[in-house]
Amino acid sequence: MSADVTPLRQRVPAAARETSLPAAFDAWFTARGWAPRPHQLELLAKAEAGRSVLLVAPTGAGKTLAGFLPTLVALTGRGPAPLGGGLHTLYISPLKALAVDVARNLETPVRDMDLPVRIESRTGDTPAHKRARQVERPPDILLTTPEQLALLLAHREARPLFASLQRVVLDELHALVTSKRGDLLALGLARLRRLAPAHTTVGLSATVREPEALCRYLVGVGAAEPARQADLVVVAGGAQPRIEVLDTHLALPIAGHTTAHAMADVYGAIRAHRLTLVFVNTRLQAEFAFQELWKLNDESLPIALHHGSLDVAQRRRVEAAMAAGRLRAVVCTSTLDLGIDWGDVDLVVNLGAPKGASRLMQRIGRANHRLDEPSKAYLVPSNRFEMLECQAALELVAEAAQDTPEPRIGALDVLAQHVLGMACAEPFAADDLYDEVRSAAPYAALSRDDFDRVVGFVATGGYALKSYERFAKIKLGRDGLWRVSSAPVAQQYRLNVGTIVEAAMVKVRLGRQRRGATGAPVRPTPGGRILGEVEEDFIETLSPGDTFAFAGEVLRFEALAANEALVTRAAGTDPKVPSYAGGKFPLSTFLADRVRGMLAEPGSWSRLPPEVAGWLALQRMKSMLPGRSELLVETFARAGRHYLVAYPFEGRLAHQTLGMLLTRRLERARLKPLGFTANDYGLGVYGLGDLSAAVALGRLDLAELFGEDMLGDDLEAWLDESALMKRTFRQCAIIAGLIERRHPGREKTGRQVTMSTDLVYDVLRRHEPAHVLLKAARADAATGLLDLRRLGGLLSRIRGRIVHKALERLSPLSISIILEIGREQVFGEASDTILAEAEAMLMEEASA
Amino acid sequence: MNVDVARSLRPVALPPPGEAVVALGDAAFLADPVGALFEPGERLLVVADLHLEKGSSYAERGVLLPPYDTRATLSALGALVARYAPRTVLALGDSFHDVGAGARLNGADRAMLTGLQAGRDWIWVTGNHDPQIPQALGGTVVASLVHRGIVFRHEPGGGEANEMAGHLHPVAKVRMRGRSVRRRCFAVGPGRCILPAFGAYAGGLNVRDPAFRPLFPAGMVARVLGTQRIFTIADTMLLPD
Repeated sequence: MSADVTPLRQRVPAAARETSLPAAFDAWFTARGWAPRPHQLELLAKAEAGRSVLLVAPTGAGKTLAGFLPTLVALTGRGPAPLGGGLHTLYISPLKALAVDVARNLETPVRDMDLPVRIESRTGDTPAHKRARQVERPPDILLTTPEQLALLLAHREARPLFASLQRVVLDELHALVTSKRGDLLALGLARLRRLAPAHTTVGLSATVREPEALCRYLVGVGAAEPARQADLVVVAGGAQPRIEVLDTHLALPIAGHTTAHAMADVYGAIRAHRLTLVFVNTRLQAEFAFQELWKLNDESLPIALHHGSLDVAQRRRVEAAMAAGRLRAVVCTSTLDLGIDWGDVDLVVNLGAPKGASRLMQRIGRANHRLDEPSKAYLVPSNRFEMLECQAALELVAEAAQDTPEPRIGALDVLAQHVLGMACAEPFAADDLYDEVRSAAPYAALSRDDFDRVVGFVATGGYALKSYERFAKIKLGRDGLWRVSSAPVAQQYRLNVGTIVEAAMVKVRLGRQRRGATGAPVRPTPGGRILGEVEEDFIETLSPGDTFAFAGEVLRFEALAANEALVTRAAGTDPKVPSYAGGKFPLSTFLADRVRGMLAEPGSWSRLPPEVAGWLALQRMKSMLPGRSELLVETFARAGRHYLVAYPFEGRLAHQTLGMLLTRRLERARLKPLGFTANDYGLGVYGLGDLSAAVALGRLDLAELFGEDMLGDDLEAWLDESALMKRTFRQCAIIAGLIERRHPGREKTGRQVTMSTDLVYDVLRRHEPAHVLLKAARADAATGLLDLRRLGGLLSRIRGRIVHKALERLSPLSISIILEIGREQVFGEASDTILAEAEAMLMEEASA
Repeated sequence: MNVDVARSLRPVALPPPGEAVVALGDAAFLADPVGALFEPGERLLVVADLHLEKGSSYAERGVLLPPYDTRATLSALGALVARYAPRTVLALGDSFHDVGAGARLNGADRAMLTGLQAGRDWIWVTGNHDPQIPQALGGTVVASLVHRGIVFRHEPGGGEANEMAGHLHPVAKVRMRGRSVRRRCFAVGPGRCILPAFGAYAGGLNVRDPAFRPLFPAGMVARVLGTQRIFTIADTMLLPD
């Protein structure tokens, strides 16, 4: 594959062009003082040559217009649309808001040039009658989401609907392909290739590490002929962004996640710019930063808050104010990471460590859409480890190195959903569908056995005990075709489509605080305004009277009633519940490796602030710094407890799993572990047994303790009771259609659903451990909440490379991990410990 | 029909201290962490809400849950029978998830049930899910029964001095240091004990639900099922969902 690289800012005047643009388009560009960019013309040429293309370009390069220009030109050439001319171009975006936004933006050239083109968007919000009409009389261009595409493909009219399709445009492809939605979309594209073999596909993407993988995703695999391969067009980046670590003139804290020390300087930066985006990694960090900035906001600058848990209306107000230039800063999470053009941002501030170089670049790309000057960004590490991570990320950005994730292996639960959808559309032969599915890149390596088990699952649950034949959802006919057994099954499919399973959420409702005659607070009256939604897990940690920050206010939790958290305003107090619940994204593998490299090379420390370099030097003196491929394990005693601290730098999720498994092993070795803590950089296990002595006496072999065999029996035993595994299974069960998704109106509470899938998990695991749905859940666990893939990589990387230091006292590096104790304490998952403690409370009460 | 299972009145053998005992009237029952009560004097084993064939009941409606719930429930019951060698097994209603459940039992599960019934008295108390229980399923079918001054029935709430029932599927939720545990439990108060559901697919109702309040006007404790033993949790520690 050869990539055509085109310069970004160059404009191509009409005389210098090889491709002919219709006169109306030339006039339109000229009237706006524009000229088409080279990559826009190149995509036009590729389209005329019938080629599929992956366009890799930085934000603001006019990707969307590049994607649609060939369609607009072709439809113009076609002349006035004949009635029912059929769907010409399908556009898929990861966000429904983006689909609607792009539809609106496309209307401008269409109206200006009076083009004979009908454009419509279709999302979950589109009214049913309009959706029905879109199938009967499709627009020329339909803008939609992967879920809606799946629904359309499962429609009985899918074949005629897509027969006329010429072009598919996939926006923000780099973001789509990394999730189960990407699997669903890949399966949809495979079906489109069957329904409309002649269409071409265009992917629009930010810079990624392996564009070839995206090309394969675009056009599918198994098609050897060059005609089916995609060409790569790369737009060279703009000016190097100016990224710095914000200099606060204050020594960085050793631990902590709040960046509280830097807020005055962040506020100063906001004052000095027109519009600043302050990115944080979690909703709770967003709330904290928002509170802190307003405490400093003597000038009452319009600073807003935006995160996914806020009420939609509130989010839309913030977005509108931002686009209208009425804001000076927005504190936001990744809900603003993608797509939509938010106006004239001239500074991006990233609070906390960026966790990945590609994510950092995409966030920084939000600043300065005009690209005629470099983007400007500040990084604000919250502790010394994060300083190392920021420095490593800066170096990777300077090298334009990318750390986007590996291509996915298609999930079996998503495949199950797709198989049912295809049966809803029309009867299928297993052989044909198997071939079609394997043309989707994520499923290229799907075995026939797995495919058949998935079909069996869709039909009757796929259980070894064949007792559900008469309840089959799809049935194999004498003609060798599978078809849906009844209309309600198709209805069930339509209600359950999609791969996004929401965490059980609790609405937060603001009640009025009334006081009784004695001044004692009375239960607040319900019926107030909904502020947004928070995870049930978070509400569970609150007791009535606890205060917490949400929706930019300090709230007092009063009661949980009918799946709503009733709160009142608690102005003037600091939130009691800590505003940090761990980073949402784990440290990327690539970035972790760079950080390990920095530790191993004292020569690189000169680029670090003096307190950070001094901290590392002290670590080298008191303990040691491991080589790039080594794992340092320290043991020491402190305040009556014995600690084991290790520094794998593999991200919080992998460390949590490792901590669970190490605790089990230490327990078996009778070393009495009490619990462990983990962050992105390392983990610490603490307990009552003297670990240094155990190693010295040969009772504890660290190589054995960290042996790869922990991913065998120990893991299996833990998975039996792991709440994370049960959550993973629940998501697979919903996506695969085993149990029904919750729907507004007739929903059970999330709690009840959680209970029933937990029971199903227990029974299935005991009676049919090889069931395809458990296989799907285990595959998820490998990359998801348990990050087993990364843990496996770590254990094999450090084999024979463990260096142990038995210390007199805690080491400088260990401080930040030790300090996590009491903050993110984990006790393993043995719930009996909790019950025993609660029971002991009764004893205390009785003997008081 | 009331069946008197009190064939030989012997003094109650009190279990050693530290074991979980549920006392009702002048009877004392051992609470087993699997979710059953055993009265050693009469060798009487009591379970509630087996909900056999709940999985296939869902399957009829297109939700193809793993068809192993009956086997899982009967296996757990079998382990209890092996441990306590009861003279009488008393199932407190909703033993079958629906009236058609008995007909859906597969051969192996039916044989297992028959095996459990062999050599002992087996009493089905009817419940709202299983108002009729076919004779073919063995055992004696009753609406309620009285034994040693205790009324055994499915739905709690009778006016008697001592009542043992099921129906509500009590679960307790406890939180310590930010982590919560939700487990099946016995809800025990003066003159009344409600057993946890025993069935593999039986969900639970939090004991803080209003349904429990009128049943325990003088308060209750939750005897919560741990993996190895029963934990006694005070009223004040119990959280709503």
